[in-house]
Amino acid sequence: MSKLKFGVVVFPGSNCDHDAHYALEHVLHQDVRFLWHKDSSIGDVDVIVLPGGFSYGDYLRCGAIARFSPIMKEVIDFADRGGTVVGICNGFQILCEAGLLPGALLRNECLTFVCKYVNVRVENADTRFTSRCRPGEVLRIPIAHGEGNYFADDETLCRLESNGRILFRYCERDGSITEAANPNGSCSNIAGIVNEQGNVMGMMPHPERASDPLLGPTDGQKIFASLIETSVLHDHLTDSLIA
Amino acid sequence: MYLARITVTLRKSILDPQGKAVHHALESLGLRSVEDVRIGKFMELRIHSPSEVEARTITDEACKKLLANPVMEDYFFSLERVST
Repeated sequence: MSKLKFGVVVFPGSNCDHDAHYALEHVLHQDVRFLWHKDSSIGDVDVIVLPGGFSYGDYLRCGAIARFSPIMKEVIDFADRGGTVVGICNGFQILCEAGLLPGALLRNECLTFVCKYVNVRVENADTRFTSRCRPGEVLRIPIAHGEGNYFADDETLCRLESNGRILFRYCERDGSITEAANPNGSCSNIAGIVNEQGNVMGMMPHPERASDPLLGPTDGQKIFASLIETSVLHDHLTDSLIA
Repeated sequence: MYLARITVTLRKSILDPQGKAVHHALESLGLRSVEDVRIGKFMELRIHSPSEVEARTITDEACKKLLANPVMEDYFFSLERVST
């Protein structure tokens, strides 16, 4: 089976870059390389991962400065051409600041940094990021953030909802969506969304931290495995069309 | 040379939990007449510009493109001519 080439972007202050690299290389057995924030080319990668961390020390606003890194011009071009981009935690914040995803991530309503396992419900399993999940499946994945309170105006929320662009919602163990299950005050318990074209996804939970069985739950694997599966299906389809 | 003093605040429609926490602290200080607290950011930019109109345009662009995020924040600023 051919491997996907993942590029994990490293900004000054990224601190989940190695976790993502490890999960993709050692757990999911894919090709992975780091992309330095000053690089002006992303090479021939199939998927770009913007990892978690505190790029540029979260100065001004989370993700606000990272968005102007040289590599981000390439990331935006790649996304505009339909390339797959995954933003995890700080990566999600960067995608919002860059305008690749709508809305913004505000300070947690509780004002504290929240670091714990949460349950998220898969709201749309018909995307390249979630195809290995069942609709409504509850995944157990950790969060670790101070600014994960997803905010968008009502019109945007309505659009996200009606187009199936909300991929994950914070929920109880049984999948019910409650205020108590919302760790940060996010609008509609939103934990992850996808763009209109379906190729750019941002999520606050860390799937890379829930991939290696040595560390506990492995639900995070499903997100990366979905990408790999989708790409394999796509290759088969292309091959059969050519044949 | 112009000095731009910029204030960035969360938009009125957005709950400001930090302001709320500070409000509670002020209340426990006994300052019960304080009705509301909003927390924002203050920034100063020194701008080389021949005219106030241009300095205003530059400040506006800086705010729109970087200093404030229009999804969640409002901004306002004042300009003062200062010696170099």
